Amino acid sequence: MHPAPSLILFTVLSGLGFGLIAWTGLGLGPAGIWYAWTVSVASGALVAGGLGASALHLRRPDRAWRAFSQWRSSWLSREAVLAAATSAVFGAYALTWIVTGTRLAALGLLSALLAAATVLATAMIYTQLRTVPRWHTPLTPLSFLAFAATGGLLAVLSLSGAASRPLTLLALALLATAAALKAAWWHRANATRRPSPEATTALGALGTVRQFEPPHTGRNYLQDEMIFRLARRRATAVRRLAAGLGAALPALLLALLAAVPATPGLAPAALLSHLAGLLFERWLFFAEAEHAVGAYYGHR
Amino acid sequence: MTTLPEPSGVKLGLVIDLDICVGCHACAVACKEWNTAAYGAPLSDQDPYGADPSGTWLNRIHSYEVTPEDAPQNAPPQIVHFPRSCLHCEDAPCVTVCPTGASYKRAADGIVLVNEDACMGCGLCAWACPYGAREMDAAEGVMKKCTLCVDRIYNENLPEEDREPACVRTCPANARHFGDLGDPDSDVSRMVAARGGVDLMPEQGTKPVNKYLPPRPKTRETPPPARPDAEEAPGGFLGWVDRALALLD
Repeated sequence: MHPAPSLILFTVLSGLGFGLIAWTGLGLGPAGIWYAWTVSVASGALVAGGLGASALHLRRPDRAWRAFSQWRSSWLSREAVLAAATSAVFGAYALTWIVTGTRLAALGLLSALLAAATVLATAMIYTQLRTVPRWHTPLTPLSFLAFAATGGLLAVLSLSGAASRPLTLLALALLATAAALKAAWWHRANATRRPSPEATTALGALGTVRQFEPPHTGRNYLQDEMIFRLARRRATAVRRLAAGLGAALPALLLALLAAVPATPGLAPAALLSHLAGLLFERWLFFAEAEHAVGAYYGHR
Repeated sequence: MTTLPEPSGVKLGLVIDLDICVGCHACAVACKEWNTAAYGAPLSDQDPYGADPSGTWLNRIHSYEVTPEDAPQNAPPQIVHFPRSCLHCEDAPCVTVCPTGASYKRAADGIVLVNEDACMGCGLCAWACPYGAREMDAAEGVMKKCTLCVDRIYNENLPEEDREPACVRTCPANARHFGDLGDPDSDVSRMVAARGGVDLMPEQGTKPVNKYLPPRPKTRETPPPARPDAEEAPGGFLGWVDRALALLD
């Protein structure tokens, strides 16, 4: 699949933003008004940035409001509805916190649940597609949720500057979980194949099918969008960058932070490194995904 | 509404005979011609006369070379021409993924259509389709797909013989057929039963309405050798010519 920058930014930034909202809603972070401001601005910027990036993917963004209508059947519509609901509920939570200085636990818990549901809906947009065998697994939403939880907690640690050893260790445990889920996802993905040309043409009973002549001499939308061909010889290198920056380096920084609490700069460095790793991970998520339609063009 | 309707009794669709199709692309051209001026936005082309032309088509004709597993050495492969367009699936994933309600399946006859005024051009329906039946129009920014020529088949301004999809009407080899696949006694259903018509990728769970009739099996004989007497010296008049030419050889 074509790794559109808009979709990479959308899934990474909104995942981080909803992760931050979820942990804040659960009561993490200091109670002070300044922190309420910081966390509201940060989560608002991340969520708005992510959703704004996703709007760039639309050819007719003026009609995006219609995406709120089909939540009964469409995961993309559910994602839009849940993202708006999460933003509204967390907005109310943040506003009462800023104005009155109290954090309403019920409102916080609700925004945390909605934030988790939004991340799940984002992942299901891809998971639901049988046409892309790599994505069609429960490991996809599990890894999206684990990345959002990890990134959100790293953001809490970075913004609050809290010297909390339990939270640092929790972040480390979440990071390890996310890395393990992604490793399992990659292990499975390596074994998946798009349907063969014999299967897509139903000509398998006659023999081996090879493309003799393509249907058109120029490019078309299907090829640009769904038959993106990654330079496979560099995939391993990108995967190493994703694992190194996304998991190994932040784990090392978190271990240091747990050993020497309140060392300035460690938590933000871990967050930035994790984010950079996620951008590589998400690029591979799209670029390596093989769509069934490629088989009609002779790809195996 | 992008929830799917109850399966309709009438299931309009195409039957494509891969044994007959000669790969002339006339159906694709007729489709482009009709649909660029009919339902919805035109089927645009980008850089059509330039170095890198591309454009929107609702019907694409592939050609494949099929080699039997147990084919003798140097046996010629079989060429199969393969028109690919929307199969108007009963369980159409392109409809249920649509976030805006633009993509829908008609309850009365099962035709899958896009309400282009409601399409925001996200492209998810094209991702959900295993058959590559949907193409985003680069000029209009909305999703285009086969309409089964909904503006022909019910069009009483057209002579009755023209009230079928443009691809079917134009096919010079009669490889394409249009009808009600929900009616077991229709011509198309009988054809499917007689020829063992198949679904494409049934494992995707889409329940396509369109059927493909597989090519009939070819005889496996290697081509007959050249005439055995071709190397022998001919007699009679040809023999005289041969001897005369030999003097000049």
